[in-house]
Amino acid sequence: MTPLLSLRHISKSFPGVRALHDVSLDVHAGEVHALLGENGAGKSTLMKILCGIYRQDEGKIVIDGKACDFHGYQDALEAGVGIIFQEFSLIPDLDAVDNIFLGRELRNGVGLRDRRRMEREAAKLFTRLKVSIPLDCPIAELSVADQQFIEIAKALSLNARILVLDEPTATLTPSEADHLFTIMRELRDQGVGMVFISHHMEEIFTICDRVTVMRDGEKIDDCDIESTTADDLIEKMVGRRVENIFPEHRCDADWKDVVLDIEALRLDTNSPEHSLKLHRGEILGFAGLVGSGRTELAMGLIGATRPAYARVRVEGKPVRLRHPATALEQGIGLLPESRKTQGLILPFSCRDNISLNNMTQFRGALPLIKRRQESHTAGKLMQAVRVKAPSPETPVSDLSGGNQQKVVIARWLGHQCKVLIFDEPTRGIDVGAKSEIYTLMKELTAQGVSIIMISSELPEVLGLCDRAAVFYHGRIAAELQGKDLNSQSIMHHATGGLSS
Amino acid sequence: MSQLASTPGTAYQSLSLRLARWRRTPIFYPLIGFIVVFIAMAVINDNFLTSSNMVNLARQASIIAIIAAGMSLAILTGGIDLSVGPVMALSGTVMAGLMVAGVPPVLAIVIGLLVGAAFGAANGVFVAFAGMPPIIVTLATMGIARGLGLIYTGGYPISGLPQEFAFFGRGSLAGIEMPILIMIGVYAIGYVLLSHTATGRYLYAIGGNEEATRLSGIRVSRYKLLVYTLSGTTAAIAGLILTSRLMSGQPNAGVGFELDAIAAVVLGGAAITGGRGMILGTLVGALLLGVLNNGLNLMGVSPYLQNVIKGCIILLAIYISRKRTP
Repeated sequence: MTPLLSLRHISKSFPGVRALHDVSLDVHAGEVHALLGENGAGKSTLMKILCGIYRQDEGKIVIDGKACDFHGYQDALEAGVGIIFQEFSLIPDLDAVDNIFLGRELRNGVGLRDRRRMEREAAKLFTRLKVSIPLDCPIAELSVADQQFIEIAKALSLNARILVLDEPTATLTPSEADHLFTIMRELRDQGVGMVFISHHMEEIFTICDRVTVMRDGEKIDDCDIESTTADDLIEKMVGRRVENIFPEHRCDADWKDVVLDIEALRLDTNSPEHSLKLHRGEILGFAGLVGSGRTELAMGLIGATRPAYARVRVEGKPVRLRHPATALEQGIGLLPESRKTQGLILPFSCRDNISLNNMTQFRGALPLIKRRQESHTAGKLMQAVRVKAPSPETPVSDLSGGNQQKVVIARWLGHQCKVLIFDEPTRGIDVGAKSEIYTLMKELTAQGVSIIMISSELPEVLGLCDRAAVFYHGRIAAELQGKDLNSQSIMHHATGGLSS
Repeated sequence: MSQLASTPGTAYQSLSLRLARWRRTPIFYPLIGFIVVFIAMAVINDNFLTSSNMVNLARQASIIAIIAAGMSLAILTGGIDLSVGPVMALSGTVMAGLMVAGVPPVLAIVIGLLVGAAFGAANGVFVAFAGMPPIIVTLATMGIARGLGLIYTGGYPISGLPQEFAFFGRGSLAGIEMPILIMIGVYAIGYVLLSHTATGRYLYAIGGNEEATRLSGIRVSRYKLLVYTLSGTTAAIAGLILTSRLMSGQPNAGVGFELDAIAAVVLGGAAITGGRGMILGTLVGALLLGVLNNGLNLMGVSPYLQNVIKGCIILLAIYISRKRTP
């Protein structure tokens, strides 16, 4: 049987980097094909070639036995390739119907938009996906999962027969992810071929039929999912065996020494009051579902949003945290959830990103920057967090997700921070880099830094945290420690006690 | 290119790498454009490449260049300042009015510059602390400044200025004409500010990603306030030169200067969306506009046609230097 899609011997170089070398990939109709690899392995480049965003230097794209020549995304769409990017391409202020038909609105006899017909078509698509999404609600007000389903519906309305899903579950809750898988199975039965990119092994074994592993721009292996194991795949991905991605558990917390004491904090006048203590050297997890109020508390704590009321002590002294700058002066830093939109200055080099909030250290008597000292310090910090980059001058946008995250971490190491808040520090980064970031966090606590880690991944909370605060509907439902810190009790409290 | 870059080592390759890096700096295309236009003008006009015409050209370009220096900062942070023309006129007329009323020139100049800075600071407060869009804020203050200038003067130019005041527009120091010297000074300060101070780096960071800059503990609002204050100040410095050169305070001066200044910034390779640009690029952009004005005048091209030609050249320049999306 000829495959629906066949990428043959694709190679691609960028100035200074060989991104892909002789990669081949076959996807059959009605197959979910996992594409696995660490960040920087070339998955995204391969998918961008498939979608006509990049052009391959060598190799062929064959769809239904016909060689295709894509000069842009439009060509790929017409050939039946749909892609759902990590960053959505929807217009937040438009509703589902307008988004689905954006640029190819259905028209009536006199050439005006035929809203009713588009609504009918959209409803049909949603029925096919077995989802119920309001048709006339601006999509900014919908959940991330619903937005993703709209993306899928949009791709299907373009008669996509090949669907690329680039880490679709990264921002979904477990139940939303399950719903997505149901939809994917539905599409599989309808003969759609899918490429599924994910860092979650259990998802790959749940939904995929075949798997291709890439490393350093080359294809390492492809096989049926039944004939392999997770450990096997990870070994192929990283090129070595990863026994345990968490550093050996060792509690650095000094329970007698409270560094950050949130006596009372209300984000809004009528929102629940938080109170929480963070000890020296502790890693405190903020567990809970996406949207349960963890990031909001962190933002309020550093003064990025003004809380309605806050009584906070740092090392016993009352402080007013009115701006991230005052938080920084008190030695509290936040590594935000979204690296690209909140963490990095993308046009900047690694060095400039790292020294961003360290600049005052490089000034002498005159307010001029001592460039050499700056480069030296940034270089040392990059080494400390083991950023893999050709030089400190490398644009940060050229790095993989894991290395970008390390750059954000390095920025805060230049300060004698007492408290660091990591918001989803390992989202969308690969196993190897995850493990390195965990090790870094433990190194910090060993030096007496206290860490709050917001994480939606249970294994991460269990593997790393000394204590966890579980959030539910904007309040802290429980603080768990020791024996009580297990996946059952976290899920129990995170779902409002429903799961028991 | 890619093969060369992937196996570094020999001198030849590092040269090509250096060239590639140089090409990526925002000033590369503006400089090429400037050289091409400059040579073209020199070939077409015999009178273009004379030393007196060169001085003329630089002096004529200096006012827009100085305004554009402040505009660069605003655009670099992702904003814009449309009020520069009227602020220039207002500052100039205030200086002229005070001097005619018997205030010593030095004091009059300081007050005039402070008026410009205060107008800029007002823009900054609305943009940075009230969170209003810069284009709207400065559109409004543009009208206010123009109106205040006309009210102050009653709509008539103020003349009869003390003779020593002519120094800033017509005098020279160490053999260099004052407008050119002041322009060089403004750009020297701008260069040091942007390339060698923490403040400069913050301005790039704000344009590159304001949210990330704020979350990493930089007081973004203060730096935005600074930017608009400086933009008002450079407009006032331009007002000083213009008033001194004309020896009269002209309430209607500087109509359309904001557009020329924006053109200079963008011709200089800055991204209108912020985060990318060089102050020396803006100088090149302003001089490029100066070369066009001067050269086309020498050729006797009608002013109407000059507008068309300049517009087309701006479009062409931006087309060549635009960020290509694959």
